[in-house]
Amino acid sequence: MSASALLLTALLLPLAGAVLISLTSSRPNLRESVSVLTASLLFAVIIRLYQLPAEAASLVMATPVDGLQIAFSLNRFGVMFALIASSLWIVTTLYAMGYMRAHNERNQTRFYVLFAVSIACVMAIAFAENLLTLFLFYEVLTVGTYPLVAHAGNAKARAGARKYLLILMGSSIAFFLPAIIITYIQAGTLSFAQNGILAGNIEAIFIAPLLLVFLLGISKAGIMPLHRWLPSAMVAPTPVSALLHAVAVVKAGVFTVLKVVLFIFGPDVVAQSVNTEYLLLVPMATIVLASLVAMTRDNLKERLAYSTISQLSYIVLGALMVNQIALVGATLHIAMHAFAKITLFFAAGAILVAAHKTKVSELDGLARKMPITFACFAIGAMSIIGIPFLGGMWSKWYLVSGASAFTGSSWLGWALSITLMLSTLLNIWYLLTIPVSAWFKPLADKTSEVTEAPWPCLVAMIIPSAACIYFFFQPDIFLQLAQNIVGGGKP
Amino acid sequence: MEMLTVLLVVIPLISAPITAIIANRYVAWLITLVTCLALAGLSGVVLHHVISGEVIHYELGGWKPPWGIEYVIDSLNALVAVIVAFIALITVIYGSKSAEKEIHDSQIHLFYAAFQLVILGLLGMALTGDIFNLFVFLEISSLSSYALIAMGQKRQALVASFNYLMAGTLGATFFLLGIGFLYAASGTLNMADIALRFDQFSSMTLVITALLFILIGLALKAAVFPLHSWLPEAYTQAPTMVTVFLASTSTKVAIYVLIRTLYQVFPNTYWEEMLLPGFLLLSGCLGMLYGSYKAIRQVSIKRLLAYSSVAQLGYMVVGVGLNNEAGLIAAIVHMFNHAITKAALFMAAGLVLMRLHTTNLEKLRGAGKTMPWTTGAFALAGLSLIGVPGTAGFISKWYLVQAALEKGNYVVAGTILIASIMAIMYVWKIIETLYFEGPDKLTVHKVGSGKEIVPDLPVATFCCYVMVATCFYFGLYTDIPLEAANTAVEVLFSTGGGQ
Amino acid sequence: MRNVAAVLHFCTDNPPTMMAYLLGHINYWLIIAVMMVGMFTMMSSPNLMKKLAGLSMFQTAVILFYVSVGKVDGGTAPIVTEAATRYANPLPQVLMLTAIVVGVATMALGFALIIRIRRAYNSMEEDNIHQQMEAEELD
Repeated sequence: MSASALLLTALLLPLAGAVLISLTSSRPNLRESVSVLTASLLFAVIIRLYQLPAEAASLVMATPVDGLQIAFSLNRFGVMFALIASSLWIVTTLYAMGYMRAHNERNQTRFYVLFAVSIACVMAIAFAENLLTLFLFYEVLTVGTYPLVAHAGNAKARAGARKYLLILMGSSIAFFLPAIIITYIQAGTLSFAQNGILAGNIEAIFIAPLLLVFLLGISKAGIMPLHRWLPSAMVAPTPVSALLHAVAVVKAGVFTVLKVVLFIFGPDVVAQSVNTEYLLLVPMATIVLASLVAMTRDNLKERLAYSTISQLSYIVLGALMVNQIALVGATLHIAMHAFAKITLFFAAGAILVAAHKTKVSELDGLARKMPITFACFAIGAMSIIGIPFLGGMWSKWYLVSGASAFTGSSWLGWALSITLMLSTLLNIWYLLTIPVSAWFKPLADKTSEVTEAPWPCLVAMIIPSAACIYFFFQPDIFLQLAQNIVGGGKP
Repeated sequence: MEMLTVLLVVIPLISAPITAIIANRYVAWLITLVTCLALAGLSGVVLHHVISGEVIHYELGGWKPPWGIEYVIDSLNALVAVIVAFIALITVIYGSKSAEKEIHDSQIHLFYAAFQLVILGLLGMALTGDIFNLFVFLEISSLSSYALIAMGQKRQALVASFNYLMAGTLGATFFLLGIGFLYAASGTLNMADIALRFDQFSSMTLVITALLFILIGLALKAAVFPLHSWLPEAYTQAPTMVTVFLASTSTKVAIYVLIRTLYQVFPNTYWEEMLLPGFLLLSGCLGMLYGSYKAIRQVSIKRLLAYSSVAQLGYMVVGVGLNNEAGLIAAIVHMFNHAITKAALFMAAGLVLMRLHTTNLEKLRGAGKTMPWTTGAFALAGLSLIGVPGTAGFISKWYLVQAALEKGNYVVAGTILIASIMAIMYVWKIIETLYFEGPDKLTVHKVGSGKEIVPDLPVATFCCYVMVATCFYFGLYTDIPLEAANTAVEVLFSTGGGQ
Repeated sequence: MRNVAAVLHFCTDNPPTMMAYLLGHINYWLIIAVMMVGMFTMMSSPNLMKKLAGLSMFQTAVILFYVSVGKVDGGTAPIVTEAATRYANPLPQVLMLTAIVVGVATMALGFALIIRIRRAYNSMEEDNIHQQMEAEELD
C-alpha cells in the first residue's frame, strides 16, 4: 500500500468502524468486537506510518477558501500523537466493555459510534497539513464529543455539556478563528512549515499578543481562565473522561499549541520577541492554581480533571520556553502524561463500578478489597509526579532542564524552577495521598462486600500502568520522535 | 443564450395563470414542479455561461436601451437566479405533502399559482436591468407572498400577512419614490445608463434623497434591522412550504438589489465618504446581536429560526458596509450559504410541525427519539448556521472576519464573533431539547391537535437531507459561489458603476 | 454630508430666492403634505381599515409626484394632436399607470385580508386583536 493510501486509511478507518458499529447495534458482543478490531487495525496502520519516512505522503481533499486547502500530510509529530491515541483507544474500548455493561449505561451504541468518530477527528488533527484543516477537525471534535458528555441526559449532564460546548466552541470562534485569519492575512498561507511561516511577516511587537490570542483560542489545552469545561466534562461516563478528556481532546489542545509555536510562529521568532516570555506566567499560574484547586476537590474525577489542567500547562510551559530541551520535554510529556492519566481515570471508573464510590474521602482502606486497582492508581500517580522508575520522570527531567536553560529574564527563570518544584510537591499531596490512605487507613465501611472491578477493566488498567514502567527503561520511541520533531527534523 | 434568460421570467408568467385555471391539485403541483425544473435548468445554464465574467444583454421587445427594458445578466444575478430556482425546485418537491395538509383543497391550485408568481417576481428582480421594472417585479413577488402567508393555518397568519403588507407596501412605495427622484435627476431608468451618466448629475441634492429613499425601501423589504419587525411573525405563521421558500430567497434577493444599487447604480465612490457605510455597519452589527438575542429567547422553533434570519441578514449588511472586496464577497457568498442553510433548517422545522403538530420546544422534549432523522438534520444544518468549519456557513464567516480585519475594524470583527457564539446558544437550545431532555411529555404531543399523526415523510425528509448535504458540500467545494462572487466583485469594484 | 451643508448654505444666504423656491415648488409641498397625512394615519390609527386608507394616500402622493415631475411648462397631455406642439413627458405617466395597477392590487389584497381578519377575530381594531393574540397559545 502506498503511503498516501495508508494515510487515507488511518483517517477513514475509524469512520468505517463507526458505521459498522452502528450497523451491529442490536448485537452488543459483535459491536464491541468490531470496536476492538477497528482500534487494533488503526494501531497497526499507525505503526506502519511510523516506519515510513516523514513527508512520504500528502492528501488534498478540497480547497474551500482561496489558496487554502483541506489537506493532510504525514508528519512525525502527528505520528506520535496518533500512536498515543490509537494505542490507548484499544485499551479504552476494552475498558468500556466492562464499564458500560457493569454500569448499565443507556445508548451504548451511540457511545461507541461517537467514540470512533472522535478518534477519526483526532487522526485528522494529527495529520493536518495546515492550520485550517486542524481548526476544522478541532471544531468537529468538540461537536462529536458533546453528546458523549451529555450522555447521561439528566440536568447535571446537560448543564455540564452546555458549558463544555459553549467554552470550547465559543473560545475557538472568538479567539482561535480571528488568530488564524490574522495569520493568514500576514503570512498568506497556513501550511505548517519548519521554522514557522510568520518569520519576517509580522512585526515583533505583535508576536506576543497574537500568541496570546492563540492560547486563549485553543481552550482545549485547558489554560486558565478558560479551563472550566474540563471539570464540567467529568459528568461523562468514565471511558470518555479517560480517553477523551485525559488524552484525545486535551492532547489535541496542547498538540495544537505546540504546532502553532513550532510550525506557525517558529521557535526562533518566539524566542526573539521580547514580550513573549511574560506569556509564561499564564501556564505557570495555571499549574499552581489548578493544583491548589485539585486539593480542595473531594470528587475523585474532578480532582483528576484539575490535575489534568495543571499537567497540560506543563506542556504549554515547555512550548513557551522555546529552547530545545524544554520543547523535547513538552512533546514527551504529551505521551507520558497520557499513559499515566488514563490509568488514573480507569482506576477511578473501576472504583465507581465496583464500590460505587466517587469521593476521595470515602476510599479509606478500600485498597484491601481492590488491590490491583489501587496498585495501578499508585503507579499512575507516581508517574505523573515524576518519581523515578516511571516514565513520567523523563518528561519532568527535560522540562526542569529546559527551565534551567531558560535564557530570558532571570527572575522568570527562578519563578519557573520554583513553580515546577512547588507543583511537584502539590502533586504528591493531592495524588499520592489517595492510594496511601486507601492502603493504610482502616476500612471505613466494614460490612460492604466490595470486590474487584470486572476483568476487562482490570486488564485495561494494567496495560497502561505497565507502559508507564516500560517507558522509564525504554523511552526511546517517544524520545527520538520528540527530538526529531523539535530539532531539525521534518515538521 | 439571450432568449434563455428571458424564458426565466416568461415560463412562470405563462404557467401561473394556467395553474390558477386548472382546478386540480395534482396537476397544479405537477405544473409547478415542471416549471421549477425548467427554471432550475435554465438558471444553471445561464450561470455556467456567465460565471467567468461574460455578460448577457437581452432587449425586451427589441427596444434598444435606455428606452426599452433590458435584462442584464452577469455572474452576480445569475447566482441569485440559481438560488431562487433551485430552492424553489426543492421546496416544491418537499412541500407536496405539507401543502396538501395545510392548504384547503379548493385553494391549492391558487396556492401553487401564487407560489409561481413569487418565483417570477424574485427572478425578475434578479434579472432586470431596468429599475422601474424592478419595482414591478418587487411588487409582484410581495403581493403574492402576502397572499401565501395569509394561507397559514392559524388566524395569526392573517395579521402577520397584513402587517407584512403594510410594511412591504410602504417599503415598495419608498423605493418607487426614490426611483422618481433618480429619474428626475437622470432622466433615465436603465440602471447601467444611470450609472454611466452618474457624474453629470451626482452633485444634485436630489440624488442623495433618491439614494436614501431607495435604501429605506429595500431595507424594509430585506428586513434589515431595525426594519425587520414584519419578518418573524410572517415566517412563523406562513405555511411550511412558503416559509422554507421565502426565508431562503426573498430577503436574499432584496439584499442582492441592495448590492446592485449601491455598487452599480450609485457608484461606491459616491457614498463611501458619507455616513452610509458606518450606518450599514451599525445596523448590521445591532441586527446580529438583537436577532441572536431574540432567537435565544424564543420557545418556538420557527420563530427562533426567523429571528436568526434577522441576525444572519446583519452579516450580509455588514459585508456591504465594510465596502471592500472581501466584505462584498462575504455578503454574496453568505447570501448563497444562508439560503441553503435556512432552507434545510426550516425544512426540518416543517417536518417536526407536520408530524408532531407543534414547533414549541416545551412540547418537543426528547423528540429526537421519535424523529431521529429530522433532529439529525437540525443538528447538521445548525452547524452550518453557527459557522463550524467544513460547513457552508464557515466560508462566509471566514471572508467576513477577514474583511473586517483587513479594514482594521476590530469592533465589527468582534461583534461577528460574539454573534457566532450566540448562534451556538440558540442552535444548541434546539438540539439539547430534542435530544437530551427526558421524553417525559412524549404522550402529550402524540395527541397533537386532534388530527391524525402523519406517518413518515420519506420524500420531504430526503429533500431536507439534500439541503443538509449541500450545506456541507459548499463548505468544502466552494468553486461555484466563490467564483461567481469573485467575478461579480471584480466587476462591481473595477467599474465603480457603469459597464 | 456635503449635500446637506449645501442646502443649509443655500437656505440661509438667499432669503429672497428662498421664497421663490418655496412658491415655485408648491406642488411638491402639497404632495409632501398628502404623503405625511397618509403615513401618519397608517402609523397612528388602530383601525386596520384606516391604516389601509393611509397607505393608499401615501401611494397616491407618490403617483402625484411622478406626474408633477413629468410636467413640462406649457405642455399638454401627451396625446398627439394638431393643436399642440409641447407635451408633458409621457414616460412618468406611463409608469404611473403601472403603479396604479399595483396600488389597486395591493388595496384589493388588503381589503380581503381585513375581511378575513374581521371574521377570525370579530374586530378590526389592532389593540383588540393583539389582546386576543396574546391570549392564544404561542407556537
